[in-house]
Amino acid sequence: MSPEMSNSEIIGRTRDEMAKRVAQDIPDGSYVNLGIGIPELIAKFVPEGREFIYHTENGLLGMGPSPAEGEGNPELINAGKRQVTALPGASYFHHPDSFAMIRGGHIDLCVLGALQVAKNGDLANWSTGGPDAIPAVGGAMDLVAGVKCIFVVTQHCTKQGSPKLVDECTYPLTGPGVVNRIYTDLAVIEITPRGFQLIELSPGVSFEYAQERTGAPLLPIAP
Amino acid sequence: MIDKRVESLASAVADICDGATVMVGGFGEAGSPIELIHALIDQGATGLTVINNNTGSGEVGLAALIKAGRVAKMICSYPRSLNSTVFPELYKAGKIELELVPQGTLAERIRAGGAGIPAFFTATSVGTPLEIGKEKRTFGSREYVLEFGLSADFSLIKCKRADPYGNLIYNKTARNFGPAMAMAGKVTIVQSESIVPAGEIDPENIITPGIFVNRVVLVENPQHESALVAAGVSYP
Repeated sequence: MSPEMSNSEIIGRTRDEMAKRVAQDIPDGSYVNLGIGIPELIAKFVPEGREFIYHTENGLLGMGPSPAEGEGNPELINAGKRQVTALPGASYFHHPDSFAMIRGGHIDLCVLGALQVAKNGDLANWSTGGPDAIPAVGGAMDLVAGVKCIFVVTQHCTKQGSPKLVDECTYPLTGPGVVNRIYTDLAVIEITPRGFQLIELSPGVSFEYAQERTGAPLLPIAP
Repeated sequence: MIDKRVESLASAVADICDGATVMVGGFGEAGSPIELIHALIDQGATGLTVINNNTGSGEVGLAALIKAGRVAKMICSYPRSLNSTVFPELYKAGKIELELVPQGTLAERIRAGGAGIPAFFTATSVGTPLEIGKEKRTFGSREYVLEFGLSADFSLIKCKRADPYGNLIYNKTARNFGPAMAMAGKVTIVQSESIVPAGEIDPENIITPGIFVNRVVLVENPQHESALVAAGVSYP
């Protein structure tokens, strides 16, 4: 590891801290669908006194954490095909019912990862559109079309340093104008009719630092 | 007398013909009817169109059917996942066709196919590349695309318990596409871990009523795809 990649250079929130920050904004009693990656970490950080019910689109409401070593069941898995558990009060159902929950507007909130989010709320998170890419969409388009509120949690920039928050998505869209809020390592941002409205900066991050790494204007926090 | 039990896996899949459309239950390995798929490989039907959420993993089950060159076209939502190499290689080589369908649209198309609904409108995929070529219509202030029901010549499904009438219950998240595919298959073939006398499954608990099922074959200890893949098994 080169010196400039060492941990002392990391500015902003870690993946766990991002997940914890998202959890603070989820209302008590919400039915929540968590995407793959950082969104999965949110379940570890439910704030004291709140209860969320997790939906996984392959047919389970009331999903619990991973099973103890050796106690898993290959027929009890989540959408990422990892073994999970079912909490007291859980229910199983088939795919059309599961997607009726999503497409019928019954799920309150979905937290997804992103390749790009545009200032108008367009989301691209299923394909880079490359000629060699095998297209795979899963349930992402159903979730953004049907769930009442869409949060995105993502690193502010790609590993190569390009902004993921952009003026206009260059990758194929998952859905147009669907994102409500973005949680990154650097900031919390709301999508508004005027664009990216900054809600808060992560500790130690300046407005200029975040703006330089964003592909469209950031509207400053109202004084 | 009604008795949908059949003696063997081979006789259960014997009449699946070349060029048939086959729905295969399962989401990843959960609910995948591996033994029925292996019997279909042995049987030899080719030029198949297969409908499944994924494309299998390793070189067993659905991935083995694809590797054997029996599948001309896949209709699925997520053709690449962990340990999935067979489909991506054939797809890149232009040797297999893909119809990519969002997962909820896939589930609803299968349900519609089984319920006699030829087509329906949904908001999923509007404003994305997957809306291309689809008829659009506005209801209220929102745009929707037209999607068509899907049915199949045969459906292959795995369940936990069945009775001779074809009433089924499933196991946890292995239920997934099973109930809808049972409805949408002209001939629905089920492998079950146990077959109990009629009346033993409480009618309140039956998930798939027997009217949607044609054949039931006993597979007491079904193999798990992940264990086979981890062991490096390749079928046949």
